[in-house]
Amino acid sequence: MTKIGLEIHCQLTKLESKLFCSCKANYREFKPNHNICPVCMGLPGSLPRLNQKAVESATSIAMALNCQTPEKIAFFRKNYFYPDLPKNFQITQLNVYGDMSVGGEGYVDVEGKKIKIRRIQLEEDPGRLIYEGASDRTKITLVDYNRAGTPLVEIVTDPDFDNPRQVRLFLNILSDLLENLGVAEPGLEGAMRADGNVSIEGGNKVEIKNIGSFHDLEKALHFELTRQQSLAERDIEIAMETRHWDDRRKITISSRSKEEDQDYRYFLENDIPWVKIEQDTRDVLKENMPESISSKKERYIQKFDIAPQVAEIIASDKYYSKLFENAYSEHNAKDIANLITTDVIGFIDTKEKQETSKITPKHLSDLIDAINAKTITRNSAKVALQEIVNSGKDTKTILEEMDLGQVSDSSEIDAIISQIFEDEKQAVIDAKERPETVNFLVGKVMQKTKGKADPVKTLELIKSKLNQ
Amino acid sequence: MNLNTSILKYIEDVKSGTFTVEEFTAATLQRIKDVDADVHAYLSLNKSAINDAKKIDQKISSGEKIGQCYGFPISIKDNICITGTKTTCASKILENFIAPYTSTVVNRLQNEDAVITGKTNLDEFAMGLTTEFSAYGPTKNPWNLDYVPGGSSGGSAASVAANECLASLGSDTGGSVRNPASFCSVVGLKPTYGLISRYGLISYANSIEQIGPMTKTVKDSAFLLNIIAGQDANDDTTIDNNHVDYLKDIENGIEGKKIGIIKEMTTTDGLSSEVSTATKDAINDFESLGASCEEVTLPTIPYTVAAYYTITSTEAGSNLARYDNIRYGYEMESEGYEYNSYISKSRMKFGPEVTRRIILGGFVPSAGHAGKYFLKALKVKSKLISEINSAFEKYDYLIAPTAPVQPFKFGEKIDDPVTLMLLDYNTVTANLTGKPAISVPYRVSDGLPVGMQIMANSLEEKSLFQAAYALETKTNLPEVPL
Repeated sequence: MTKIGLEIHCQLTKLESKLFCSCKANYREFKPNHNICPVCMGLPGSLPRLNQKAVESATSIAMALNCQTPEKIAFFRKNYFYPDLPKNFQITQLNVYGDMSVGGEGYVDVEGKKIKIRRIQLEEDPGRLIYEGASDRTKITLVDYNRAGTPLVEIVTDPDFDNPRQVRLFLNILSDLLENLGVAEPGLEGAMRADGNVSIEGGNKVEIKNIGSFHDLEKALHFELTRQQSLAERDIEIAMETRHWDDRRKITISSRSKEEDQDYRYFLENDIPWVKIEQDTRDVLKENMPESISSKKERYIQKFDIAPQVAEIIASDKYYSKLFENAYSEHNAKDIANLITTDVIGFIDTKEKQETSKITPKHLSDLIDAINAKTITRNSAKVALQEIVNSGKDTKTILEEMDLGQVSDSSEIDAIISQIFEDEKQAVIDAKERPETVNFLVGKVMQKTKGKADPVKTLELIKSKLNQ
Repeated sequence: MNLNTSILKYIEDVKSGTFTVEEFTAATLQRIKDVDADVHAYLSLNKSAINDAKKIDQKISSGEKIGQCYGFPISIKDNICITGTKTTCASKILENFIAPYTSTVVNRLQNEDAVITGKTNLDEFAMGLTTEFSAYGPTKNPWNLDYVPGGSSGGSAASVAANECLASLGSDTGGSVRNPASFCSVVGLKPTYGLISRYGLISYANSIEQIGPMTKTVKDSAFLLNIIAGQDANDDTTIDNNHVDYLKDIENGIEGKKIGIIKEMTTTDGLSSEVSTATKDAINDFESLGASCEEVTLPTIPYTVAAYYTITSTEAGSNLARYDNIRYGYEMESEGYEYNSYISKSRMKFGPEVTRRIILGGFVPSAGHAGKYFLKALKVKSKLISEINSAFEKYDYLIAPTAPVQPFKFGEKIDDPVTLMLLDYNTVTANLTGKPAISVPYRVSDGLPVGMQIMANSLEEKSLFQAAYALETKTNLPEVPL
């Protein structure tokens, strides 16, 4: 049986400051080594000061992933030498001596399968090594410590995945969940990274590291499964090892370093006293936690009779659900949901577009009301939407300016129909013989009115004229 | 000018105009010039000391608000950071390290208008008991220059004893304030863990060490603690002391108090006859002051030195890992090295004792050995804590000599690390348990000092000072012959 497990690292980029000092958690906008201080540089005599907000964010994540959260947590030192690590140890968490990390024993539901979360721990991100400008002759590595000390949550799953597809679904659910919680921005480059471990029936576990993106993770898992299966077919033993993902060649390579044998000499970080997470704190966190995606989806379906696929799309995206929540009223919720998934998404499908878009919830409710009052047609609504996104002017103004008001005055439509009956004599004959071709005539009316004619009324009038 | 004066007397004299801050500072600097070539208490001097003194004089003459210290001169152990000054830890590896920030303790002193004289010598990274492990040469004992001053805060103790300042700040990981205080006949306090901020103190074994004042009198120690103790936002391990005034009621005496004489520390083979005699006399003094003394046994004590070295080596191995000479350090040509060979080479600059403990620290907590060493040491620690806590249910104080012997000659013990480690026997208990302990100068016998150690329960420094002060009134010590 195929078994896949994951180790996901997620930066808490929504926090103001780093895990142990007041440097910015959002290091991305700084010149190299301009977001540092004695603490995150590990200068002699400096001491870590725990960012309590980071503990709260990590606890929220643990609760959202259905984890047990202990009353007291502790930090440990993971000792190893690496140039991106200013202290040559990383402050992290460990559960070997009891449950001391922010969470454990949780799960995520992926299409009815429970993926167990083994543990969640809070730790510091190291700095960044940059190989730019290095050549074979001058092997220079640059170090940028701006990232050092950024709050990072590590999420470790059990090897519960059967295939890479499940992994992808899980990661989608997880990034939506983290974004929904308002603690992370999974879309930011490098803000969310994952390592995997893979084994097949009768084979040893192989860990894959150095995977840059979720997209590559799926590829790496596929590659690794195929590699292991072909070894198994030829009765070659699958070695227990760590392999690195080669991003250029898209293969995994055995890492000859003795990383697996490394002894991290974990012990308690005594510069940070045990942190009590009182029941009160947990209650407040729970209370302030945004509604989960699944409960939101369920609510949309139950309360407004919205189709499950539509509910899913809106609930799992923070931007769309916010738009929806602020736009709907009891009578038009379903229509607004449909408008978002059929038309709005087409105009604002990226983060950048969402940020620049001028659309407001009121625009949506105004549009739907106009459609329902037959002031405009669905087609015109789509044209209006484009303008709303661009200019943000109010719906009424746009409808007037663009002359999108629906023509539902019978005499006006009648006049147009008479004109078309003149121009399309053959089509009229056809329609009389074969009623299913009547749509051609309706289309002509729409063409003439630029889609503004009330389609129901138009069809009615054409039919009665054909019968005369 | 008499430089052998207490801080409290100094402040009176400055207030009454007997001398100016500048005059006293100049005299102190002259004294350093005269004796420090022999004593070698200082590694570097504060070049702006006279200017700092002048500014304080101006404040006084202009009637401006003046800090509690009135410009008294104080030296700082060279493992405590001060902005813009070299902080070497007496190591070649930090030869050129200039701290970009100031420790909380020095900040508090400067805010109260103390004048920093300079940075004092120590065993490299505070690992040692004689200052012989300083990479810049040992400090001599002002009582007899052929003898060690104790350590690791040997430079601090010697600077106070030789009247090269009125007080000093040392750091105490296993006795590093109290041991040299005992050897140089000054008062040395290791406070409750967390009472004084360690922000800016370069870590050796961060779970048990504390900065501590080293002074000529018990009252001066209480005065200094008033200034430097208390919670600090830069150190998460600091605790709230509710702004206790340690000087107030210090003369209250110890009538009716109960004192436990720690059997394991007063009956060891290593105890010299002079120290043993002094201890018996001190017990008599305590009883004459109205306290009742009886022997108490703490059976875990024989295991404490082993546990202490196991824990401190583990933490040192981790705390000193950052010295890879990449971000700061000393000049070294990097051409031709890759990362691992570079750091192996750069770390060769550590001296022998530091190297020994780093190697030990790589071994005792490692997978496969932790259970036999590091985790066992932690068990000794927690057993010791419960033993001492039950002792403090019965006794107000626990006493023993600070060191089992008097100062010895240079070179006598440096080649025998195990004997050297046993010098810590009476002091490590306070560190492992986090309890406060003070060494009080008790006797000078054959020209060499003997100190008595008093321990109290956590955050009982006020009471500890009362006992120390009471004992101090029973002593009559000669002046340092230098």
